[in-house]
Formats: sequence, structure tokens, C-alpha cells
Amino acid sequence: MAADPRREGPAPPDWAVDVRGVAAGYNGHVALDAVSFTIEPGCLAGLVGPNGSGKSTLLKVVLGLHKAREGEVLIFGRPGRPEHERVGYMPQAELVDWAFPVSVAEVVLMGRYGKIGLVRRPSREDRAISMAALERVRLADRAGRLIGELSGGEQRRALIARALAQHADLLLLDEPFAGLDATAQHDLLGLFQELRHEGKTLFVATHDLSCVAEDFDHAVLLNRRVIAFGRPGDVFTEENLNTAFQRHLMVLHSGDKTFIGL
Amino acid sequence: MSEVIDFLKEPWTFEFMRRGLLAAALVSVVAAVVGSFVILKGMAFIGDALPHASFGGVAVAFALGENLYVGGGIAALVTALLIGFISRRGVIRHDTAIGILFVGMFALGVLVVSRQQNYTGDLFAFVFGNVLAVSWSDVWLTVGIGLAVLAVVALFYKELLFTSYDPTMAAAAGLPVASIQYGLLALLALTTVIALQTVGIVLVVALLVTPAATAQLLTRSLRGMMALGAALGAASSVVGLYIAWYGDVSASAAIVLTATAMFLAAFLFAPAKGILWRGAQGRAASP
Repeated sequence: MAADPRREGPAPPDWAVDVRGVAAGYNGHVALDAVSFTIEPGCLAGLVGPNGSGKSTLLKVVLGLHKAREGEVLIFGRPGRPEHERVGYMPQAELVDWAFPVSVAEVVLMGRYGKIGLVRRPSREDRAISMAALERVRLADRAGRLIGELSGGEQRRALIARALAQHADLLLLDEPFAGLDATAQHDLLGLFQELRHEGKTLFVATHDLSCVAEDFDHAVLLNRRVIAFGRPGDVFTEENLNTAFQRHLMVLHSGDKTFIGL
Repeated sequence: MSEVIDFLKEPWTFEFMRRGLLAAALVSVVAAVVGSFVILKGMAFIGDALPHASFGGVAVAFALGENLYVGGGIAALVTALLIGFISRRGVIRHDTAIGILFVGMFALGVLVVSRQQNYTGDLFAFVFGNVLAVSWSDVWLTVGIGLAVLAVVALFYKELLFTSYDPTMAAAAGLPVASIQYGLLALLALTTVIALQTVGIVLVVALLVTPAATAQLLTRSLRGMMALGAALGAASSVVGLYIAWYGDVSASAAIVLTATAMFLAAFLFAPAKGILWRGAQGRAASP
């Protein structure tokens, strides 16, 4: 196999996500400014910051749905754009139409639609891949149910199955824990860790600082620009958190547990 | 027994009734299929706006002596595309864009008509519908456009489903979401045109929304909603034409009211989703 033509400049192909000097916004409003960070493949990375800090916009820029005004995003060494088949996405739950009459199996099958192409119908293989993805998130017995009939945690797992059916290696998740009870949140986190061990990279926007501090490998602290990124223990210093949140947050270490709060 | 059969057969001994039934049933089927998307996407307002907007084109075509359907079709398509274009800019809200454009087009129609000497007959058929006055050429136009709309929905079902359910994810998967959404608006405009003569401008939205909404109460999938909505729409046409024949009332109003009655029945009695069912379950659940 011929070697890939090397890009100019330092473009290490071993980053899952490589964001370089990205600026973006809506209608003159600046949502992101000079944002640069990297994420290694096979890690569970958190994206944290206050409301309006640009988390959702950043995920959309990485996904290629929102155009950056400046800078570029490389996904596994290639420019990020919607056709990038290695990127899966889970929107905020409140933006999903749960009342729509689609079954869980149909929702997961949508993960294949981008690959199938216009007009053509899903093949037996597409259905088998979707079913395997549903089994992976332990929802195979729910395949025939309507998506709106599932519990909150099951709905999130169905959307993750959709990304898995797409054979995505990088999963971008926008507030997956929002509105879940503690048990469902714990189960979902367990699934994230399993997927990480299988080599997937997960980039998770969340409000749950303590969860990222304790259970994630990597953190990006954002407030329009990147305050810090790296190991959560290095990122979540009181100084960084206060810069990001513009208020005083306490970081408590108790044994190997970390608590972050007001 | 033979009286019952005679009663049922009598209306269809007349060609204009058979022709009217063919047109009304086909339009109801197409409207229910397209209307399923209209309901799920919350597009009922645009479903009401396009028929009104088409009046501008109908009036201009009438003044120029051109085909009224072509005029109405062009006006509906242009309005649909303009609504899509303006609301995609993100500065003006979607429903505001609809409100501005459809009233503007409708007012254009009123303006043109006010300069005409004798506009009563043909134009009023478009406002209130007169399915029993359709000609065979109208019916064939309806058949042609109707089958084309159904074929496009069948061909692009997967894309329409994905972009209706989750446009963000559909865009992320590389689907041409904007084109598909414009395409749905165009299908809606074409459906509007063939529905005009059946039920008239004012009642088109009922054919789009009511049978599909009834079906939504009784089914669990988009396909089921389309199929049952189409069947209910066709049944409304049959029952409505009987009522029109024996009651000597407007056929379009009778068709729409039949569909409305079906909806109310489903709203009350539908398994799982009807309010009586829910009430009974609520009582059973309480100690």
C-alpha cells in the first residue's frame, strides 16, 4: 500500500481530533475564538464549560455541520466534514423529536442511510449491522418499540447504537447525561468506558464536572476559548475553573474521589 | 335488500359522480401521504398557506386566459420555495415568512379578480371546491400529478423519513437536507394544486391534515399512518359524496366533515391514544 502523501507542517496522524485555531459564530456573535486542542484516539474525553460557552457549536464544527470562520479541524488526520463516515453524533435529547412514530430499529438503521446512498433501500446487511449495534448497547429486545416508549437512558443508548451502526470511530455526544437519574447515568458511563476499551474515541459535552474529573481520561475546558485541556486532574484546578466559570468553584479531593462544586 | 343496493348504487349511475369520486379519492390518498409529513413536521400552517397563495396564480391565469391549474401551481411552488428560502436565512421566523407571503399572494389574487367583469363561476369553484364539476381532462391531470407525487415519496421515503425525524443527524450523515426539504415543499405545492378543485382553497388543509391525524391516533409507524390515512381519506370521499347526493349539500364540505367526524371518533375511542381509553386506564390504575 502506498504511503499517504504527507501534509505540510506538523500533522501527526495519530490524533483522533485536532482542532487548530478555530473561530466560529452565528450572525456576528462570536461563539468560539482561537480554539485549539487535541484528543488522542481511544480515549474518553469531556468537554466542559458554562452555558453559552460554545460547547454545542464546537461539536458541530468538529462534525462539519457548522463552518469555522477561521482555523481547521482534522479528524484522524482528515478534514472534518459531514461526509466523514468515521464520526458519529448524538444531539441534545431536547432537540430530538421523541413523539415521531419510528421504531428503535428504524432509528438505528438511519445510521446506515449516509452509506446506502440516495433512493436505494437498506440491504439485509445494513439491517444485520443495525441489529448488532442494538445488541451492543443491550437494547435488542426493544427493537420493535417506538423510540418515544423507551426510558431516558434507553433512548440515549439507542442513539449511541445509531452511531455504532454507522461504524463511527469518533462519537460526539451533546449532554448525554442531561435529565437522567443516577442509575441511568451510571449505566451510560459504563457503556462509554466499554466503548473506549474497544478503541472508540468519545468526546462528550457535559455539565457534570465531577463525573469528568473522576471517570474521564481527558478534559477540554471551554469558555469561547480553550482555558485548558489534558488530564482532568491537571485541567480542573481552581484557577482554571474560576477563569472558565467566572465564579469561585471548589475542588475537593477525598481519597481518589474528586468533587467540584460551588 | 334491493332498496339498500339501489340506494348505494344510485349516485354512481351518473358519470359526473363517478368522475368526482375518482378525483376526490385520489386527491385524498395523495393528500394523506404528503399530509403525514405535514403533521409530523408541524407544517399545518404552510399546508393552509399554499392553497391560499395559489389563488394569486389562479386569478392571474384567469385574467390572461391561461390554464388555472398551471397558474395556481406556479404560485404555490414559488411561495413554497420563497418561504423555505426566507426562513433558512434565520433572520425572520418561519411562521412569519409564511404569514407574509401567503397573504400577499392571496391579496394579489383579490386585486386581479376585482378588475374582472364576470368572475363568479370558475373562480368560486377554486375557493369553495366543486368536485362534481371536474372534467375528464382535470381528472387525468389529477391522476398524473398524484401518481408522480406518490412515486417520488416512495422513491425518497428513506430520505424524507430521516430529514423529517432528525435533520441535524441527516445533515451529519451527508444527506442533502436543504434539497430534500425544498422537495417536500414542492410535493406539498403539487398536492395543493390537485386538491384545489376537489375541496377548494379554504378546505385543502383539511385533506392534508385530518385523515393523517386520525391515522396517527390508530397506528404506530409512519408507513401505517400513510396507508391508513390514505384509506380514511378515500372513505371520506365516498361517504361525503353520498351525503352530498342525498342531502343536496356541497360535496367538498361533506367530504371534509366526514373526515372530521372520523377524527373525533378516533380522538375519543382510539385504543391507547383516545381520551376515553386513557380515562379508563387512569381509573383502573388508581386504587
